[in-house]
Amino acid sequence: MNLLQQQLIDAYQKGLPVCSRPYLEMANRLGTTEGEVIGALDELKTNGALSRVGPVFNHKKAGASTLAAMSVPEDELAAVAERVNAFEGVNHNYAREHKFNLWFVVTAPDQDQLQIALKEIELSGGYKVMSLPMVKSHFIDLGFKVKWQ
Amino acid sequence: MNVTNRVRENMDEITQLRLRKAIQNGLPLTEQPYLTLARELDLTEAQVMQTINDWQDDGLIKRFGLVVKHHNLGYKANAMVVWDIPADKVDEVGELLSLCGAVTLCYQRPRRLPEWSYNLFSMIHGQDRDTVLQQLADIVKENGLNGFKRDVLFSYKLFKQCGGQYVQPSCTERLENGQSFKEQSL
Repeated sequence: MNLLQQQLIDAYQKGLPVCSRPYLEMANRLGTTEGEVIGALDELKTNGALSRVGPVFNHKKAGASTLAAMSVPEDELAAVAERVNAFEGVNHNYAREHKFNLWFVVTAPDQDQLQIALKEIELSGGYKVMSLPMVKSHFIDLGFKVKWQ
Repeated sequence: MNVTNRVRENMDEITQLRLRKAIQNGLPLTEQPYLTLARELDLTEAQVMQTINDWQDDGLIKRFGLVVKHHNLGYKANAMVVWDIPADKVDEVGELLSLCGAVTLCYQRPRRLPEWSYNLFSMIHGQDRDTVLQQLADIVKENGLNGFKRDVLFSYKLFKQCGGQYVQPSCTERLENGQSFKEQSL
């Protein structure tokens, strides 16, 4: 992680310029070149530190989503996770330390399709899905403050 | 004219969905990313930029910028801390937790009794497990939360992490077949 990459992460988790040449505007502010900014972002994506440069949608407005959990025998977990991941609407999927040991987020264009997806995931995964849709958010997403070493 | 109407005037519904699909996995890393998108979608660069601005104004896009992967930035410990809070206290505790620096998400979700009794979810990302547990201990102490039942679910394997795929192929097809796209809350 070089200094420019750290600066980009510190400065641009929100408020990405919406203008013809956004990476040039970012470069000007950080005292570098457009090519350096594009190269730095590209490398961050390649090495996995960056998911994307773009939008985080408000999931209440963007469609329907839910946090779902399954309780899966440990020796089947990887195989079940792979079957769950095969669904396009699944965008996060973690093993966690609990009786409910597989946790994933499911998104869909609307509530009807979300319910269908959950049924299909349950059938394909082979274990009951517990769905925990958000009731209320207490959090304003301003990005993640990284403490650089 | 309100923002939603302005978006509609600028771009029809199907085109909006196509643009959302085009950006949900990120902007292209080209010198003129909005122009690149515009060309793919047969729009003008100005239309693309205006619509993205409008979506930020009306809250469809809540954050627009770099979306990082905590784990690959050295934040290896990721704890979902869940709480069982009485209905008359849950708003207050949720607000308190959301103000703690270490907390990166804080949502109310339903209980599923008998197997799931927790109704408040918060996330703490830290460099390692001990740091996260210490941060949690501090949060509990500073906010007087020791009386509430809680559990800590550390992640131990990441199977998938990407942006929400709200616009899926079926979406634009349905619209083209004359069905309307429903914006629906959870």
